[in-house]
Amino acid sequence: MSLTNADVRKVASLARLGMTETEIESAREQLSGIFDLIAEMQAVDTNGITPMSHAQDVTQRLREDVVTEGDQRELFQSLAPQYKGSPQVEAGLYLVPQVIE
Amino acid sequence: MINSSLHQLGSALRAGKISSVELTQLYLDRIAELNPALNAYVTIKAETSLDQARRADTLLAAGKAQPLTGIPVAQKDIFCAKGWRTTCGSKMLENFIAPYDAHVITQFNNAGAVNLGKTNMDEFAMGSSNETSHFGTVKNPWDRNAVPGGSSGGAACAVAARLCAAATGTDTGGSIRQPAALCGISGIKPTYGTVSRYGMIAFASSLDQAGPMARSAEDLALLLNVMTGFDERDSTSLKRDKEDYGRDLAKPLAGLRIGLPREFFAEGLAQDVAGCVNAAIGEYKKLGATIVDISLPNSRLAVPVYYVLAPAEASSNLSRYDGVRYGYRAPEYGDLTEMYERSRAQGFGEEVKRRIMIGTYVLSHGYYDAYYLQAQKIRRLIAQDFDDAFRLCDVIMGPTSPSTAFNLGEKGDDPVQMYLSDIYTIAVNLAGLPGMSVPAGFGSNGRPVGLQIIGNYFAEAQMLNVAHQYQLATDHHDHAPQNIGL
Repeated sequence: MSLTNADVRKVASLARLGMTETEIESAREQLSGIFDLIAEMQAVDTNGITPMSHAQDVTQRLREDVVTEGDQRELFQSLAPQYKGSPQVEAGLYLVPQVIE
Repeated sequence: MINSSLHQLGSALRAGKISSVELTQLYLDRIAELNPALNAYVTIKAETSLDQARRADTLLAAGKAQPLTGIPVAQKDIFCAKGWRTTCGSKMLENFIAPYDAHVITQFNNAGAVNLGKTNMDEFAMGSSNETSHFGTVKNPWDRNAVPGGSSGGAACAVAARLCAAATGTDTGGSIRQPAALCGISGIKPTYGTVSRYGMIAFASSLDQAGPMARSAEDLALLLNVMTGFDERDSTSLKRDKEDYGRDLAKPLAGLRIGLPREFFAEGLAQDVAGCVNAAIGEYKKLGATIVDISLPNSRLAVPVYYVLAPAEASSNLSRYDGVRYGYRAPEYGDLTEMYERSRAQGFGEEVKRRIMIGTYVLSHGYYDAYYLQAQKIRRLIAQDFDDAFRLCDVIMGPTSPSTAFNLGEKGDDPVQMYLSDIYTIAVNLAGLPGMSVPAGFGSNGRPVGLQIIGNYFAEAQMLNVAHQYQLATDHHDHAPQNIGL
């Protein structure tokens, strides 16, 4: 299967991976090779086969709707990424670039 | 002491012949000497480990020891351990200090074991050579020009080079068994759901499973006893009675039916590996086993199916690395989208990005049925092949890897060639079955060969019995690499 650079650019954008044009070109080649490998699947007749999403045939467990985790906000916020030398948190919130004008 | 089994070490500790502090220091000294060349560990916290050893010595002195109390175990850097840097081999988590313990870590802590350090691995466990680690490649202790395998390459190297008494690994497509084979050690991936994934950084959640890596099947049984058990916090953890995985070790093998899948001995298998595996089968015949010819007709599709399903799950799991709550954030960006794109572009390595892209593509609008759904359907066919095979035999055997360890850099530019090195291990993960690798001799280049043993669901005790009886009859597992200061 041959992907185009536009395909790769679209996937990179969906996956939020910034890529240069050179990187897109080399990703296109490698991904095309991988999709050639994956293409072996297409010839298999799977009519009537139930998809298998999981190794064990079990149903999701339910639990009581009670609090099991204590408040660890300060600990977790201390893990926030540093940007220009300081962790990006303020008043218990995470800081990101402004999204609403 | 360095070549002792876990049983022997446990006895020596309980008899007061050596203290946990002495044993831990012995390994820390070996790590200080050998790790700069081998790069098996990415994080050592000597004082933390020694503190844990002191607490173990108190338990030992009080007669409150369990089988692993005081024993230094290396933890793959995929397991969150409170207060320890936990990187998953990635720049994305280079400075991440885990705020809690993974279930596996808690189990070892409760058993009184010592966390000796965090082992190197392929980035986010994506790789078969340990070359995708942000922290540099691990060397194979048998031949430092060779890869150790991956993704649990640091763990396999540490066990083989006697830089720990035992180690943990995780296996999504072969990441315990393949490095175990390439480094000449023993490793088992138990049935999916037996070891909790809580606190184990997720790659492909329906395939990821943790397991032990050690020098013998007997050691693996002790480790599995500690690692397994129901955990409320993992929704896929199975509620089962606690079992002693060493209960059947001594059973004779007379009457054991070993299935040999034709597909595992076909084109693509190196002759020297085939020779060692066939010699192992011969040994089993001497032990009273009978051989059954079986077929796993869909196993050839395991690699393509895996490279749809695992990247699909990975692309979703890795979306959490967004530069906001933890991990890496790019130093320069404009708007929010650019912050995400640059943080992820700079924080992830090439292989991880490649798999995120494959996963994003196969899950995207218009391709879901043709790729993801088709792969899930073939996954069922692959699992059914095993069901059919286990009506004819008790265990399945074959090679773990199609060749001995390849050279560093040899497959670096060709992802497809790299993916094919897991051709015999991947189907086991897709089916959720237990699989293990034990040393079966050496290839023509002197590098180790692994024998793969696949069992039916929950047959770990039987597989360990099968492996242990082979290890009583042979000494492949007792060999140690040269130049590791023994």
